[in-house]
Amino acid sequence: MGWLDLLLGLTLVTTAGLALASRDLFRAVVMFIVFGLLMALVWVRLQAPDIALAEAAIGAGLTGVLLLDTLGYLKRRFEPTGTNERRPTPTTEGRGDAR
Amino acid sequence: MSRVIVAAIASLIITIALALAVLERPTPTLSLPNLASTAITPGEAGVLHPITAVLLEFRSIDTLLEIAVLLVAVVVALALREAQPDGADRMGLDNPLLHAVVKLLLPLMLLVAAYLLWAGSTRPGGAFQAGAVLAGCGVLLRLAGTSLHGLERPRWLQGGRVLGLLVFVSVGIPPMLAGRAFLDYPADLAGGLILLIEAALTLSIALALLSLFRLAPPQSDSPAFPDRRKRRRA
Amino acid sequence: MSTDLFFAWIGVALCGLGLFGFIVHHHLMRRLLAFNIMGSGSFLLLVGLAQDGRGPDPVPQALVLTGIVIAVASTALALVVLRRWYRVSGESSLPEDV
Repeated sequence: MGWLDLLLGLTLVTTAGLALASRDLFRAVVMFIVFGLLMALVWVRLQAPDIALAEAAIGAGLTGVLLLDTLGYLKRRFEPTGTNERRPTPTTEGRGDAR
Repeated sequence: MSRVIVAAIASLIITIALALAVLERPTPTLSLPNLASTAITPGEAGVLHPITAVLLEFRSIDTLLEIAVLLVAVVVALALREAQPDGADRMGLDNPLLHAVVKLLLPLMLLVAAYLLWAGSTRPGGAFQAGAVLAGCGVLLRLAGTSLHGLERPRWLQGGRVLGLLVFVSVGIPPMLAGRAFLDYPADLAGGLILLIEAALTLSIALALLSLFRLAPPQSDSPAFPDRRKRRRA
Repeated sequence: MSTDLFFAWIGVALCGLGLFGFIVHHHLMRRLLAFNIMGSGSFLLLVGLAQDGRGPDPVPQALVLTGIVIAVASTALALVVLRRWYRVSGESSLPEDV
């Protein structure tokens, strides 16, 4: 175990802590994406290049897209009123029979 | 406040338990890598990369169940989706730069996915990584609002989602008819069969991940949601 | 201490941290992040302990590879359910949480 591992491990725990502790949800998600990238590096250090490839593509890429997309959804619906009041469900519900 | 205390106690207990488990770890009596490599016998399996061999030869039922779990997740997401037929809803960010970059990068990404799939038999790579890259392509296409026309027909998408499981099971059953175990491929065909399964898995994993992304978005025509394309142009 | 064992310890820390976040937060998306961090911790623990002093081991690595794909699928499904819940209730946390 070298300095690189020590630094990587501590950064990993720190980013995980920041992802959980950030007040701003956007910052938390970005920290989580960074966490995913660091995990990919850790897998390289653990001599697991297969997992590193998968983690870089999935953990950092796809999960990030999914989380940010949902974040946009949550933010957007809060925008008009600024409160989380109950909204009527639109009448277009249940129309998707084409699939 | 009491919630924080409960959380602290619970996580402390778990951390201490795990730490004790790490400290008191038993010395292994048999070597799993050796066991796996003798069970696989590289020449016979038709794949030289140990991880691909483990995924599709030594522990192939794990992988079979994994693709089944993915399919179940997609089915549940389909059941929960908000009204939106396939193909109609796209995000369509009207950004000329994005369109140009997608046009440039897409062939390259497809090439990388194909390479990862092909490389899986001899070096790091395989169906999972290729599927993830392919799903990334789909996400990028969706963000750019590029249409694939004929390839996006609902029936094709449905077929693609189940293809991985279908191919896996149909490759696994014939050995049973010959009196061998489920998924015990004949040695001389193993290499080709594994590549076939992996290709089908790649497609299904990519489509499953992509549909889980596509099923989530809001309806573009709901009153709470102005269409993003219109909003952008305004 | 070997690299593998060191990262197993990091995995222990991530598991504890993730569980703490999972219980403390009300917001469902933060809980999902905590859940994923806990999952990453257990992956590290699994591979790190198995490889300690014995070099790369394909069996746990293949298990973790499968696990990562399952984790992203469950995360995506959870996000679909979260959006659905948000749409019908307008809340981003569960009513049972007080």
